[in-house]
This record gives sequence, C-alpha cells and structure tokens, in this order.
Amino acid sequence: MERTVTIASGHGLHARPAKLFTQAVAASGHQVTIGRPGGKPVNAASILGIIAAGFENGDEVVLDVQGDDAERVLDELSEFLTTDHDEADG
Amino acid sequence: MIEVRELRGVGVGTGIVVGPVLHVSRQAAAAPTDAPSAIGAEAELARARGALAAVSGQLRERAAGADEATRDVLEAQALMTDDPELLAAVERHLESGVTAEKAVTDAFGEFSALLADAGEYFAERVADLRDLADRAVAALQGRSTELVADPGHPYVLVARDLAPADTAVLDLDRVLAFVTSEGGPTSHTAILARQRGIVAIVGAAGVESLRDGTQVIVDAERGRVFADPDAAELADAEARIAAREAAAAAPAGPGALADGTAVKLLANLGKPGEAAEAVRLGAEGVGLFRTEFLFLDDDATAPTVEAQQASYREVLAAFAGKRVVVRLLDAGADKPLAFLSPGEEENPALGRRGLRALRASESVLRDQLAALAAAQAETEAELWVMAPMVATVEETVFVTRAIHEAGIRTAGVMVEIPSVALIADRVLARTDFASIGTNDLTQYTMAADRQLGSVAALQDPWHPAVLRLVEEVGAAGAASGKPVGVCGEAAADPLLAVVLAGLGVTSLSMSPTALADVRVSLARYTLDDARAIAEAALAADEAADAREAARAAADTITAGRQPGDRARRHTP
Repeated sequence: MERTVTIASGHGLHARPAKLFTQAVAASGHQVTIGRPGGKPVNAASILGIIAAGFENGDEVVLDVQGDDAERVLDELSEFLTTDHDEADG
Repeated sequence: MIEVRELRGVGVGTGIVVGPVLHVSRQAAAAPTDAPSAIGAEAELARARGALAAVSGQLRERAAGADEATRDVLEAQALMTDDPELLAAVERHLESGVTAEKAVTDAFGEFSALLADAGEYFAERVADLRDLADRAVAALQGRSTELVADPGHPYVLVARDLAPADTAVLDLDRVLAFVTSEGGPTSHTAILARQRGIVAIVGAAGVESLRDGTQVIVDAERGRVFADPDAAELADAEARIAAREAAAAAPAGPGALADGTAVKLLANLGKPGEAAEAVRLGAEGVGLFRTEFLFLDDDATAPTVEAQQASYREVLAAFAGKRVVVRLLDAGADKPLAFLSPGEEENPALGRRGLRALRASESVLRDQLAALAAAQAETEAELWVMAPMVATVEETVFVTRAIHEAGIRTAGVMVEIPSVALIADRVLARTDFASIGTNDLTQYTMAADRQLGSVAALQDPWHPAVLRLVEEVGAAGAASGKPVGVCGEAAADPLLAVVLAGLGVTSLSMSPTALADVRVSLARYTLDDARAIAEAALAADEAADAREAARAAADTITAGRQPGDRARRHTP
C-alpha cells in the first residue's frame, strides 16, 4: 500500500528527524520503503539509506508499507513526515 | 619504536602547553587487509554481528546518561550501527572471503562514499561512520572501544582525527591539547579547539610514534610538538605560558601593530544574541553580521521589515559608537530559501546566489535595507552595509546606490570573486569599502569546493595566489584611502593576520574567541615587519611553503629583538 506525502521538517529528513523516523519504522515491525516519485525506493528502516537519499523539506516522497494493518502504519508514518520535527525541537 | 624529537603540523591559535601524551586507544590498529578469512564467511558474519551489536549497545548505554543533544547524536549512531542495509553490505563483502574486520570497514566505507557524494551537509556523518567502523574493528579485535582510558590526570590527546561523537563524550577539562596526525585547519578538531580555546596541532604526521606518557611541549604558534624537552626548553615554554597568561589578563586595547598602526579587531556574528560575548572578548565592533538566520527560520516567506528591524536593533545597540558591518542576505542554491530559490542548479556556488539572488527579488533587498536604515535611526552604532557575491563594477554601482538611497551612509562590497579583486581599484572607486571573504575567495581562486573533503588541501588561504589577490585589494585600498577588511577563517590565524596587515588590510573580523590570540600576534610586529613577512609568504610556490616562509621571517624578526629566547629553540 502506497501513499505520497510532502516532508515538513524544516531541515528535511536529516539527523534527528531521520533518527526518529527510522525508529518509528522499526517499531512498526512492517516492511516499509520510502522514495521519490518514480525514483528507486530505499529501506525506510535504514537511517544510512535515508540520510544518503537527502530528502529535503518540501520534497514529495512515496511511502510503501507491506503487510497486515498497512493502512494504520501508513497513517502514522505519514503523520510523522508531515510534522515539522525541527520546529518542535525549539 | 623510533624516537622522534620534533613534529610539525598546523597549529590552531597561539597557545602552548606541556603535558604527557595519551593516545586514543581504539585507533591504534592498522587498516584491515584483504587477507582471506581462516574461518569462513558464516563465522565471520557471526563475529561482525556480535561486534556491531556490542558497539551499538555501548552507544545506547552512553546515550542514556548523556544530555539531550548528545543523546540524539549517540542514538543516531547506534541506529547506524544496527542499520539493516549496513549488515546487508557486510554480508555482501564477506562473500569474497575476507575477514569481518575488512568487510565491516568496507561496508561503512561504502556508505561514507554515498554520503560524501550527497554533498556538503554530510561531512560530519562521514566522520561519524569512520569512527563507528573504528569502534567495530576494535570490538572485533578485542581492544577497548572507548576513546581513551582516563589516566586520572590531564593529558595531551593524540589521535588520527576526532569525530564529533568522540568529543561529545570527552571530558575536555582533562585535555591539555589535541594533536592529530590527520585533518586540517577546518577539521572538527580544529574548530572545537578554536571554540573552546584548547591548544591544538592538526595534521602532525608521525605523532602516532610517540609513546603514551611521553612529556611533550605542544606549541600551536609554531605548529610544533617537542618530545622529551630538556630543562632549558621547558623553562622557555613555561616562560611563554606565563607571558600569555599575563597578556590575557591585561585589559584588551584596540588592535594595533607594534608601531601603533591600527588594525581594527572585529567580530563575526551570526545571531544578535552573540553580541554581548563579542564585546566581553574585546571586539571593537562587528566586521561581519550574517543575516541569513532571520530568513532560515521560515524559508517560505521573507520576514517582515519590523521583525528584521528588531533583530538589527539588538545588534546595533550592543555597539554604540562602534562599527557594525552587516552583510545583506547571502542566499543561493546551497542555502535555499523558497522565496528566493533559483531552482535546481548544477553548480550552486557558481549560480544565482548572494547579490544575484537579491537582484532577482528586489523587494527582499529593499525590505532588508529599509529595516537596516530604521534600526540605524534608533541606535548609536555606525552602520555599514555590504553585498555578498559581487562580480562586477556594474553590480558595485547598483548595490552601493541602493544602500545609499535607503539612507545608509556607508556601503561596500565583499571580495569573494577573483574578478573584483583583480579590478579592486575600479571597484573601490565606486563604493565606500571592501571586505574580503577569504573562504569564498579561496574557493573561487583555487576552484575547490569549500564543502568537499577531497579537495580540502586546495582550500588554503595561505596559497600565494590568494595572497596576491589580497595584495591587489590592499593596494587599491591604500591608493584610494578606503578601508579594506578581511572576514573569514584567515583573519583568525594569528600569523596570517600579520601577513594580511602587511598586505594593506585595515581591519580583521573573526569569531570572538580568536581575538585575543590575534591581538597578541599583531602587537609583536611593526608595519614594516608585517610587510616583510607578507613578502616572504608571497614569494612562495605553495600554501604550506608560504606559511613556513612567513613563520621563518617572523622568527628572524623576533629572534633579532630577543637574543637567546627563540634562538635556543632551533638548536638541536
């Protein structure tokens, strides 16, 4: 199951937001990938893959979640990506 | 082990310290070879898994007891160590029959290369990965993965290079000095040393050969490490340490050469809140106030005139009666702001950035100038405004007029592009002052990306080509009677500061912590001395030679004045 969302973190998916995101993916226990529309997806549980992909604020990304209950996991992860975690950090 | 008496490197600041060597323990091993495994891929994989788990477990344990910022760094590193794609890469490398040490090193190396390709923002991550690879290899070999085994007394820390995660957990109160065999003046180690006022020498090849506990003099001013000093050398070092302490305790006067020639010492600031600290450290004003912070908080819209005015007022109010040089917004594809974005560019450093971006969105320029003029009217500071990334006389005329029309008396341009340095006489005829941004000027002169580690060796402001451009601007300033400043890391190098003064620079702007060292250094030489030292540097072929030649010229001058002081140091 796929969904396209726009990254809201002020500094993109680097450093702290990348850490929190991969932690959320790992906690979900699901197979999740993230990638640019039409691009090669990376394993969303891989912090190294995500940092290297260099997702920036305002980028559109495609989230893909496999397995039971995929919709709920998609909701949670989409919510995460569309929240500005740098802002919340003060 | 070979006995080495004297090692050379690049000193950070002018500090000097005496103490015992302590090596970073886990960097002691040699790089793993591609010798075949004796136990087979499956057993090697089990070893690799165990080592990675041990490292991430330690990181998490340490994260639990750390402050919040450090905890984030350490938790991110634990995740990198546990990364499923990293483990997949380790497995892939093991297929060729190598050891776990080699496979782990190469797997981390693969991701380092990916990140290095991804560009400028990732230099720290690359250092992190190298550090994690070191830890994992140490764990595989049963060595301690701790950075240092605390000896219970202050020490001179010796390492290949230090990563941010290392220094985040290091007890800096124990560290007398850093000496690294790799890394340059812009490495994390050098930046940290500068920030914290710790004596450091970077790039001191061969320092690994010194045994733990060896007594050393670390002389950052000369970029030398002396091992096992004799009584006379120790007495000399102690005398210089005492003299530095006395100088630091004395009230800071205005910056000047030994003959009284004024060289204004100014501060580089990035936020209004930094002003008080700059004043405390003796800044005579601000030589570079970067205004990007106002715009980066919300990159969708420009801040209002009123919001900008309030920030400018805060800085100007801290410097009543003093000069505050404000740089207009320096945005570009490398510092993207949605409302000024030039879109994707192949070469952002050569793209529509700085003044080019402002001209494309003139309302942003006009608003910023209006806010600056309004803040000026409310305070007593002497406001100067300059434009970044100016390439031509036409741009100089345009921006100088815009600044004057806004009601700001003093307008100038930054010299970052070699074109304006080469025709500085014509540029200075059309504006009020010039400020040389040595970091960008070096990048453009040497065609070496500031953010790229692989060409860092070319990023050296000591290069005679860069110095010759500075000379050109200094001469144009002297001929026109207009001020020429330098802002950039070069101004914070105590010896290079003397060279710059010799080339005709009339003010130096730097991070406030560097002011004290530069002030002491300038006060040692007359204008004629500074010119002679600059001549020596200009005559060199390479950056390193220029630094050496300037050092030698400076030493000759001071030795001539104080017989028996420096001279002794050079006799073996």
